[in-house]
Amino acid sequence: MRQSGSVRRFRGADPVIAWLLLLPAMSLLALFTHYPAIANLVHSFYSTPRASHPSKFIGLDNYRNLVEDPVFWQALVNNLWYALGTIPASIALALLMAIWVNGRVKGRGILRLAYFTPTILPMIAVANIWLFFYTPEYGLLEQFLGWFGLAGHNWLGSRDTALPAVMVVAIWKEAGFFMIFYLAALQSMSPQLAEAAAIEGASRWYFFRRVTFPLLMPTTLFVLVNAVINAFRMVDHIVVMTRGGPDNATELLLYYIYEIGFRFFDSGYAAALTMVLLAILAAAALLQFGFLERRTHYQ
Amino acid sequence: MSAIGAEHVSKHWSTAEGVVRAVDDASFAFKAGTLNVLLGPSGCGKSTTLRLIAGLEGADSGRITIGGRDVTGLPPAKRSIAMVFQSYALFPHLTVAENIVFGLRVRKLARAELEQRLTRVADLLGLGALLQRKPSQLSGGQQQRVALGRAIIAEAPVCLMDEPLSNLDAQLRAEMRVEIRALQRKLGITMVYVTHDQVEAMSMADHVVLMRAGTIEQDGTPVDLYERPASTFVARFIGTPPMNLLKLAAGSDGAVIEGSDGPAVLDAGCIGGTLGLRPEHIALAFEQGLRAAVESVEYLGGDSLVACRVGAQALSVRAPGSVGLARGDTAWLTWAAGAEHYFGPDGRHAQPASRRQGVTQLA
Repeated sequence: MRQSGSVRRFRGADPVIAWLLLLPAMSLLALFTHYPAIANLVHSFYSTPRASHPSKFIGLDNYRNLVEDPVFWQALVNNLWYALGTIPASIALALLMAIWVNGRVKGRGILRLAYFTPTILPMIAVANIWLFFYTPEYGLLEQFLGWFGLAGHNWLGSRDTALPAVMVVAIWKEAGFFMIFYLAALQSMSPQLAEAAAIEGASRWYFFRRVTFPLLMPTTLFVLVNAVINAFRMVDHIVVMTRGGPDNATELLLYYIYEIGFRFFDSGYAAALTMVLLAILAAAALLQFGFLERRTHYQ
Repeated sequence: MSAIGAEHVSKHWSTAEGVVRAVDDASFAFKAGTLNVLLGPSGCGKSTTLRLIAGLEGADSGRITIGGRDVTGLPPAKRSIAMVFQSYALFPHLTVAENIVFGLRVRKLARAELEQRLTRVADLLGLGALLQRKPSQLSGGQQQRVALGRAIIAEAPVCLMDEPLSNLDAQLRAEMRVEIRALQRKLGITMVYVTHDQVEAMSMADHVVLMRAGTIEQDGTPVDLYERPASTFVARFIGTPPMNLLKLAAGSDGAVIEGSDGPAVLDAGCIGGTLGLRPEHIALAFEQGLRAAVESVEYLGGDSLVACRVGAQALSVRAPGSVGLARGDTAWLTWAAGAEHYFGPDGRHAQPASRRQGVTQLA
């Protein structure tokens, strides 16, 4: 009774109190998220200030430059391939690993830990490890392939293999992280469901297709959203391994924004590029939640 | 129509504390078309026995037959069985209809046949209006029906049930008991039903296997278990309130109830054993039979439960209607010749050498 009384009193109280309670978080968000986003939009319509001539309004000129910039298009296409390659592969691998370590495997605690290790390593460290794997002549991969007489590749130095090589790093890093979510979801599923299906004679694949996978949809949606964001957000390994090269073969959108903004100091153009990235991510999020949410069963 | 047999079936597990004998050398035979109950307290191995029949666990030794066929090494799907789980194990993302026909879809049954069977089962279980719902939109009793539907639509000759009613309230449980029994009779299936509730076992079963710590304590009809309990464990497990078990000590003219000064209830050969008397078989008499001190009286309407003490032993008496007794009164107890059970010092049923007519009285 006392509780409901206090709730009623609170509801009748001045909304000022509510706003005061929201203020700390609101002001931090506004200062560091909302204001920069809007400022960025505004900047994208202005020229980059130089010592000789200050910033001035140039309308859509930055965007016009963007359309005519071949490196931007290269980065965009690269990034789409990068997303298309890393997202399904890391999710599929995560699901596979989760199902495996969820089963009755000996030493599955060690296995789970092993699969999760890439996640706790910083991306810079991961990139350095893989840099060694890919090193021409004496790298791990070259030495291994040498046994079969297949050596002689410069994985990161060749236009054809550089992008797939950095994609493998991203998949390796991401799959363990996503596995944890799938593992948690699998463990909350009653083992009786599998037994009920086994009595009906359902094969493991049939059970996976009709029961496990649909029941994992909420997890898949969550993981997918994260994977898409990461595909456009994580470029640490590009910085360490290729710097967008060779010949822009591993140029990704965010790394290009970094180069334009902080190496060429063209902040106006970088702002326009940032708006494109934001638009892509917003569209992807809308698509995922709008389309998949409706087909997802939440327990 | 399939009989089920188990011959010397064992299932052991190795744990940190040593080997757990979940099922230890169990043998039984269930006739085709009967309802058989595996009964026992929790942890007695009844569910493991059911899972061994289903093939969800593999037996460490022994042989299991279904319909005369040795199924010991076969996977569950090859044993022509259906099963209802305690948790129902309904697929939460599928509709009631899809849940019921799940097994038929696995077997790729023709659409027309599938629809026809679904309609029949839905009518039988009163699920017609719920077919498009999801399990989470159903009450516990309705979910139970869906689980039943999924089991019977396969038309398997054997249906296994693992404590199917334990998640329902008392009223619904009583209704479903009758319904499941009727369904089993109507379809003529062989049912194996696991429960810890002796009322369920007594009211539904053709045949009861009472288990304790992995072994079969007694195997027979409900009447056998009630009238001829093989051990003190069975005697206490079957019947509410359970059978009174009274320790016997040496008296002047035979075995008396421990702590009392007579009269003798059994002959001297029974000293050290246990006398078993069902509360409903003891009658209140006037100044004859066994003298007892009344400790409490519970009036239940149709009858009363009188808790008494004879010597060092407590016992309860079920008397019809209300009794004019209160705490501290003296009651006189008699029972018909043959109503008593005698258990030897090892707790197994034994035959006393002769009966004492001094206490027993033909009712």
